[in-house]
Amino acid sequence: MDTRSLIACHECDLLCRDTPVAPGSKACCRRCGAVLYRRIPDSLDRTVACLLGAAMLMIVANAFPIVGLEAQGNRTSTTLFGSVRTLYDDGMTSVAALVFVTTILMPALEVGAMLYMLLPLKLGWLPKGLAAVFRLVQTVRPWGMVEVFMLGTLVSLAKLTHLAHVVPGVALWSFGLLMVLVAAAAASFDPHELWARADAIASQQDSFDTGAVAAEAAR
Amino acid sequence: MTAVTAADAGLLVCHACSLVSRATAGHEAACARCGAGLHARKPDSVARTWAFLIAAYILYVPANVLPVMETGSLFGSQSDTIMSGVVYLWTSGSWPLAVIVFVASILVPGAKMLALTVLLVSVQRRSTWRLQERTRLYRMVEFVGRWSMVDIYVAAILTALVQFQALATIKAGPAAIAFGAVVVLTMFSAESFDPRLIWDPVRGYDD
Repeated sequence: MDTRSLIACHECDLLCRDTPVAPGSKACCRRCGAVLYRRIPDSLDRTVACLLGAAMLMIVANAFPIVGLEAQGNRTSTTLFGSVRTLYDDGMTSVAALVFVTTILMPALEVGAMLYMLLPLKLGWLPKGLAAVFRLVQTVRPWGMVEVFMLGTLVSLAKLTHLAHVVPGVALWSFGLLMVLVAAAAASFDPHELWARADAIASQQDSFDTGAVAAEAAR
Repeated sequence: MTAVTAADAGLLVCHACSLVSRATAGHEAACARCGAGLHARKPDSVARTWAFLIAAYILYVPANVLPVMETGSLFGSQSDTIMSGVVYLWTSGSWPLAVIVFVASILVPGAKMLALTVLLVSVQRRSTWRLQERTRLYRMVEFVGRWSMVDIYVAAILTALVQFQALATIKAGPAAIAFGAVVVLTMFSAESFDPRLIWDPVRGYDD
């Protein structure tokens, strides 16, 4: 029995056969209903496109103020990192660390690591340490919380409108778009295709190498 | 229904890349494709999940009792717990926001901890009660947990923005630490729980 043709449901451990499904549809476990895998048309291209957009927006979202506040001629504004700094200065080290990790570090790591894996695969060569980076992405993913941060920002803006005049900053819109692109990248990412492509490139390189050796020997 | 699981067939699934490989007795196995450690079930899943969950239950108390935000202004200072923040939003007329904050920071963490308790107890009793529903419950717990972070972000943004020396300043209170810890601990707890344990007792019925 070839284990390559088998998959096991990650939620109930049922053994299933890996049968091809039509592009755009998904295969579900027949016992517990978990999604086993899905085939996304142009998965790699779509994911890389979303990731490149997300990487650029991430710079804008972190460099500019999220929101400004005007009250009685006073004006304040803050960037995301600024709010982390304020928490840290107030002695809330752990909360500051939590905000920094979930809104800056983890999203950046996720987008960076995904690009590191997918761009070379798209261009036809194998990135170094693909397996380790793949595992890193799996660990990091639940901790990037851009969309939750977006909701938090909206809630605090609504709270502040009673107190002062609120000026939404460039980073606010960037964060909104970033949220959409990160979600889209995660939705179009197909690990199945990633490994298939990595295997194909590896075997191509092998045959190229043996071909070169054979040519050498013939001379 | 004859159901053969990977564990029955002596196969291991990689938790990172889903590659199925044959279990080799004796030494620690690693996935041939991605190098992650291979286990039939997450190691010590029940004990770890309980540990994180109990810690979260304990911290849930200070998170709700202590002030999450301290507002200082010309007219004295005021401290708000999570619940009093919800009440303030409700009475000041923004009831949709009150509902969002209530659901995200009180209902969701509480329901999540109860759900994990139900899952753990039923798994330990090797129950075959409502397997599909319990699997779905686990899926929901995993999906919904992150949204509790909303209150932390609200506190972070408000403290950074409201810094008008004389007029008003806002500081995050001690409950923010406890609350952040509850969210992180419940996420760890859900992550260490292995949903395949729900289905393991079924084996006895099939054979």
